[in-house]
Amino acid sequence: MVNGTGGTGEAGRALGRRVREVDVLIVGAGPAGLTAAEHLAAADCGTVEVLEREQQAGGVPRHCHHGGFGTPWTSGPRFAAARSRAATDAGAVVRTSTTVTGIPEARTVDVTGPDGLERITARALVLATGARERPRAARLVPGTRPAGILTTGELQQAVHLYGQYVGRRAVVVGTEPVAYAALDTLRRAGVTVVAQLTDLDRPQIPPLRAADARLRRTVPLLTRTTLTEVLGRGRLTGVRLRHADGRTTQVPCDTLVFTGDFVPEAELARGAGLRMDRATRGPLVDTAFRTDVPGVFAVGNVLHAAETAATAAAEGHTAAAAVRRLLAHEDRPHAFGPQLAVAPPLRWITPGRLPRDLPADDTQRFLVRAAEPLPARGGATLTVTQDGRTLHSERVRGPLRTGNSREISGSWVRDAALDGGPIHVTLAATRR
Amino acid sequence: MNAPAAEGRVTRYGPLQDSAAYDVVVIGAGVVGAGIARELARHRRVRVALVEASHDVGDGTSKANTAILHTGFDATPGTLEARLVREGHALLGAYAAECGIPVEPVGALLVAWDEDQLAALPGLAAKAARNGYEAARVVDADALYAREPHLGPGALGALAVPDESIICPFTTPLAYATQAVRAGVDLHLNSRLQHVTWAEGEGVGGHTLHTERGPLHARWLVNAAGLHADTVDRMLGRTTFTVTPRRGQLVVFDKPARALVHHILLPVPTALGKGVLVAPTVFGNVLLGPTAEDLHDKTATHSTEQGLSALHTQGARILPELLEEEVTTVYAGLRAATEEDDYRIDSWAEQRYVTVGGIRSTGLTASLAIAAHVTGLLAEAGLDLGTPTSLPPVRMPSLGERTQRPYQDPGRIAADPDYGRIVCHCERVTLGEIRDALGSTVPPASLEGLRRRTRARGGRCQGFHCGAALRDLFDGELS
Repeated sequence: MVNGTGGTGEAGRALGRRVREVDVLIVGAGPAGLTAAEHLAAADCGTVEVLEREQQAGGVPRHCHHGGFGTPWTSGPRFAAARSRAATDAGAVVRTSTTVTGIPEARTVDVTGPDGLERITARALVLATGARERPRAARLVPGTRPAGILTTGELQQAVHLYGQYVGRRAVVVGTEPVAYAALDTLRRAGVTVVAQLTDLDRPQIPPLRAADARLRRTVPLLTRTTLTEVLGRGRLTGVRLRHADGRTTQVPCDTLVFTGDFVPEAELARGAGLRMDRATRGPLVDTAFRTDVPGVFAVGNVLHAAETAATAAAEGHTAAAAVRRLLAHEDRPHAFGPQLAVAPPLRWITPGRLPRDLPADDTQRFLVRAAEPLPARGGATLTVTQDGRTLHSERVRGPLRTGNSREISGSWVRDAALDGGPIHVTLAATRR
Repeated sequence: MNAPAAEGRVTRYGPLQDSAAYDVVVIGAGVVGAGIARELARHRRVRVALVEASHDVGDGTSKANTAILHTGFDATPGTLEARLVREGHALLGAYAAECGIPVEPVGALLVAWDEDQLAALPGLAAKAARNGYEAARVVDADALYAREPHLGPGALGALAVPDESIICPFTTPLAYATQAVRAGVDLHLNSRLQHVTWAEGEGVGGHTLHTERGPLHARWLVNAAGLHADTVDRMLGRTTFTVTPRRGQLVVFDKPARALVHHILLPVPTALGKGVLVAPTVFGNVLLGPTAEDLHDKTATHSTEQGLSALHTQGARILPELLEEEVTTVYAGLRAATEEDDYRIDSWAEQRYVTVGGIRSTGLTASLAIAAHVTGLLAEAGLDLGTPTSLPPVRMPSLGERTQRPYQDPGRIAADPDYGRIVCHCERVTLGEIRDALGSTVPPASLEGLRRRTRARGGRCQGFHCGAALRDLFDGELS
């Protein structure tokens, strides 16, 4: 064990830290981080270490007790355990209760854990820090501040990890897929859902699933309804709602669950000075998941809050290849091509730029997110242009929803001019 | 050298079984009441109880203010408030350093946004001088923008008040209460006062306080009931003032916003009101507020759509980039305003009663000076206090962002690995700190109380990551 003052210029802060080096360091043992670790360790990339701040590896799927993780019948905890085992079996070291508290310089992280403080420098650093739901305050919902208000993440942990009492009557805010997971968890905890509400005009999941919740589970769905006030002292006693016609009503409840509206857990990336994508609020990456700092990658829901565990895991796999390429050609400077930009009704696209120094990878997919729900009927056309030249256009079938993204083809990447202007991705109603 | 006093009791439940009378009962365990109890605890001769309606100390107005340690530069010269704020600033500054209460001497800038406000600055500097504060200086727009490059466009200049500081509003009353209890003061929580009677006892008369948990006897009474000070006053047959709650709503922005602002940005007071401020917090966040709404309901500590929207508008002018950051929390507090623009501290010797009313947003700053003043009034009125002793120092948890936190302290983690296990990730609160808080002299009664003691669950995720784990720890402590 080396005790000392590693790093440069930060000697004071490094005091008392164990200074170490590894080949690959991955921050976050969720689906993206674990999958990247598995493939890097299996490819003999030297020491591959994953740092996880929670007590168990696995990320958010740990507390998602429903199917749909890879297969319809694979539950979150099983998926989490399998990914974790696969990473460890491949030779990666997964350390839990170990928190990265800062990134004092590129590829160097400060760590706090029960064994003390460390400063670890890696040849490649992969940020896989995931996402969180925006809680009540961030949504600026007025009212009192009683107990009984939670996000789906807290609800699932309370019920599935700790078996805690939740309440009797709940109101659920949101209709993204995660809202329906919250409904399931509340039902299992014996909580009656007295209302589910959204300010949109329809739920943001397929109609069959919405109908199932509404009819079979008899959860009243209030569309075009806004939560205007939280009521109660000590414990929540109710909420005030405003409907589309201006009517206001009061709904008694002791539990209020805010679902969806995910944001990237990107504070480490931002604190490290990585260039951020203003639209996604995560770090800006190219199609090889490289940030603007050489040797630093970002992958998973920190880029796109939030997609499925399978999407995050697939990215972890793709990113592993990019990390291997870096390790093989470490001294080669990286260069970036044009950035991608969207316009309303699209909200963001990720990855947000093309590499310039790598061969065009036309198997790469992009994810686009709509700023508002787009109708199911009529159809729309997505067009990719650069400097006035159309690179690609594709029909977008079915509705675009606000809570998850649409995958678009990357087949056009090889046609893009890497020294050209920004690439514009637009969506317009299909002309008949 | 006095022998160490037996520690006082902290009670929350069950009947108040106390037949013997206290020498002094202080009503209200906010920052003012707790400060008075602490000051009285220095006088070993007197037996003191601190009685509080809520389940925790600092749970009313004290928990929802702007967290500023004022110099008193803008007080009305010659008032009691002006004197006690000035004295309190020095006293609390020294006390905070001794106890580890987080303080950052960031300084304030009163920003002038129009010619009238700019013209008012020299007068404010002169007023500051009349309040004994000589260091205020007018700075021009260039100097202002050099200090605050993210300030919105259109500011014309500012008054710099270098000694205004930010402080932790939660640790301060807790430090007072902790020290008081350790020095023998009994703290009775959940004990809302219902009425007060007077009885001539054996040799000496006294008050009987009828609380929700039963009666308490007191030879002397100090009313530090904050918003409810007028109600308690009326229980004692006094009608000297009426408290009109003035609500202040505040928005706390996430830590990346801290880089946008270096000083407390104060508005220039105008005829239209005090306006809102933008200030860093000792936890590394940024505060925007407060609104000022005169209300009648003393329980109206809720935020409103209109209030938040007004703050949004004001914030957009003062620090436009602030609004791009995530909001961590929103809260509202009620200042205990009365019909007069000064503190209302009165003593009735024949009734053995001191009332401490009208303590508004400056109460945190002035608290130690108020405590000394009230103790003086009690002595003048005939309470034999004996010689004061100094209290054993108390060391409060290191909550400030600019101090070394346990998760950064290798020695502490080596001694106990629980200080290396971070439970609340947004605020980086360790298992060791949570255990310490749960086992402390004045333990929390709720997760909110735990938050005020540790910062746990006070960050951007508001419990998404750690809420259930914290509840598990808290419930485990209770069972």
